[in-house]
Amino acid sequence: MALKQTASQTIGPFFRYCLTPEGYGHRGIAGANLQIPGLAGERIRIAGRVFDGAGAPVSDAVVEIWQADSAGVYPATMEAGKFCGFGRTGTDETGEFRFDTIKPGPVPGRGNSWQAPHIGIIIAARGMLSHIFTRLYFAEENAANAQDPVLATVPAERRNTLIATRGADGVHRFDICLQGDNETVFFDV
Amino acid sequence: MDELNARDWTVHPPYLDKNYASTQLRSPRQKLLPLQQTQSELSGLRYDQSAVGTLGQDLTRSAVKNGAPLGERIIVQGRVLDEAGKPVPHTLVEIWQANAAGRYVHEADQHDAPLDPNFLGAGRCVTDEEGCYSFITVKPGAYPWLNHPNAWRPAHIHFSLFGASFATRLITQMFFPGDPLLALDPIFHSVPDAEARQRLICGFSLDVTKPQWALGYTFDIVLRGRRATPTEI
Ligand SMILES: [Fe+3]
Repeated sequence: MALKQTASQTIGPFFRYCLTPEGYGHRGIAGANLQIPGLAGERIRIAGRVFDGAGAPVSDAVVEIWQADSAGVYPATMEAGKFCGFGRTGTDETGEFRFDTIKPGPVPGRGNSWQAPHIGIIIAARGMLSHIFTRLYFAEENAANAQDPVLATVPAERRNTLIATRGADGVHRFDICLQGDNETVFFDV
Repeated sequence: MDELNARDWTVHPPYLDKNYASTQLRSPRQKLLPLQQTQSELSGLRYDQSAVGTLGQDLTRSAVKNGAPLGERIIVQGRVLDEAGKPVPHTLVEIWQANAAGRYVHEADQHDAPLDPNFLGAGRCVTDEEGCYSFITVKPGAYPWLNHPNAWRPAHIHFSLFGASFATRLITQMFFPGDPLLALDPIFHSVPDAEARQRLICGFSLDVTKPQWALGYTFDIVLRGRRATPTEI
């Protein structure tokens, strides 16, 4: 390798007017709503809160998602009027984020394996010197989750931190604990 | 799809840093779980000019209300490369920064320094075929923070990049040569390797400098590359 990777640094507290600038009169590259007219697939809302090690809400995080479409295909370009698979939003004062999207289909894994429907998540915030990766899986996909090669690598007692729960309102809830007894599983991707 | 090289933890800072107070409660304490890369990590979006929108590469013009922003006009340009030195084309570069007085437009920034009505401090551009990007802006000021007594951040510009896939995402900061605050900054020093720290400091370039107009700085960014030996995925 000829070159060394550029080091990560914290996103800091003041990224909003660039990365999620809707409140500052500018359009972001992607927002919290990935739904577009005519989009195939089950329309879903995912929501969750980000907590620090003391259980306090993290109100200045950016949350990004990357997912396949309902046929399990990852988009390759960002085009107006097309599903782009990427979403970005900031957490609010209660630490909550929300995305309106569609449920992804199963996607191929390594070799001949298949992965259960899942959404890749990146979280970055002040106090985090590198961003973190996690994955959201769906509680109703019990059978597929049981076969998922990535979930299989997660110790059984921590697997629940990666599975969104569906409330009576239909929202898929996915809280993220950066630290503590319920620390979410984060991956070295 | 070739696998990506691992994140190089000899250059990236650890999550917990005793000198950066906010890491105490925001650092995962469990070891990151290794994940064997799949399509989900190796896929990503190709960006074109339409992603740039109203936040363009000239920050001295994108928010003008009644005149040019105050401060020292500068050019910051460079290339986005992978570890093999190959350019990363069509990738989005987003930057944000304080104004020349050290104040961010962000509503939570309470620093007692003036806002500049003609400066937002946010820009975007997409790299060309050679991986090149370029911004025109003003040199950001230092600003205080509450990490420790009399703490000041050295002048810096925040950079956010995607690269070719979800896993190549990088968020970093660019610093300026000769800044006396660098020696005192816990965030800069969170990078464990001295050479990796030096690479976060841009270079002054007389070639990039435009006569009678603006000083020029260069800052190349290296993202994770693909493994030399292709692996069956
Ligand atoms: Fe900053």
